[in-house]
Amino acid sequence: MKSVLLALTLAASAALPLTATAQQQVLANQSELRFVSRQMGVPVEGRFERFSAQVRFDPAKLDDSRIAFTVDTGSARINRDADAELPKPIWFNVAQFPQATFESSRIRRVEGNRFEVAGKLSIKGLSSDVVVPVTLAQSGGTTTATGSFPIKRLSFRIGEKEWADTSMVADEVQVRFKIDLTGVPAL
Amino acid sequence: MALHWLQAVALVGMFAVGLYMVDLPFSPQRLQLFNWHKWAGVLVLTLSFARLLWRLTHRPPALPAAVEAGMPGWQRLAHQATHMVLYVLFFAVPLLGWAYSSAAGFPIVLFGVLPLPDFVPVSEGLADALKPLHKFGAYAMAALVVLHVAGALKHQFIDRDRLLARMGLGRA
Repeated sequence: MKSVLLALTLAASAALPLTATAQQQVLANQSELRFVSRQMGVPVEGRFERFSAQVRFDPAKLDDSRIAFTVDTGSARINRDADAELPKPIWFNVAQFPQATFESSRIRRVEGNRFEVAGKLSIKGLSSDVVVPVTLAQSGGTTTATGSFPIKRLSFRIGEKEWADTSMVADEVQVRFKIDLTGVPAL
Repeated sequence: MALHWLQAVALVGMFAVGLYMVDLPFSPQRLQLFNWHKWAGVLVLTLSFARLLWRLTHRPPALPAAVEAGMPGWQRLAHQATHMVLYVLFFAVPLLGWAYSSAAGFPIVLFGVLPLPDFVPVSEGLADALKPLHKFGAYAMAALVVLHVAGALKHQFIDRDRLLARMGLGRA
């Protein structure tokens, strides 16, 4: 995991134009990406076990800051019953769309340690603009980014055919994240 | 008596739905039946409380002397034991089902709107342990219900002591 992430980070930093803004490291082992869906009113939590992020963030240079996420859709876990279903074409269609991505287009500071990251979320070949609220907390050398935002699963065709019925599984899914980073300049 | 018959219908229905739904493939229908089964299970649990409260505040009429006299000791013991274990299972089976659901990561939301508390943590190991307890508790209850009905039918048709009239069946 770490070496994959390192390789990804190196590849990403090679690909990005060199700027004065430093590249940050995501501490994958301390980071979490979760989602909560509602099945007949019952909140059911799941998580992605594999994801990586390329973060180039400087609170003093938000115009130069970029955040990109890549999530392995095949690493979605809810429970044993559901885990066998999620890779299938009517859910994440992992065979055809192994990765979901997020790319920021604009980052703005709301106030203090609260930011808004607007960008494009792509899942299952479909894209949607989202605005992600992010709260940063710094402690020692680590910056923790937390936040949650709703997405509409049907706009990404997650759950097709009989599962498109929103009285069974609600359209809205909450995405929650906690990402630990090193190398973020002081807020 | 009304509680008895209401419970009888509910328990037979729950058992049948439970047996049917566990073999369904992953589908909206399965999800729906599981949720209905849980909602109904919570109602069954409240019925059990109502029944117990009624039982504790109202002494059931004693068996007719003739019936009692006609029963050997082992039958009187079986009669008492069946009723007692049934009362225990009225609570144990729904509570085990509730706990299993919570442990499996599916808190019960009554009618899809009222979230009920979880009294056990989410844990795969705990869910695996609770599932067979709920299942075999239900089987045990079903077996005792069969025994209970068999006993009643024996009194009605073999002993012909018209015991069932006490429960609103047939003439006294």
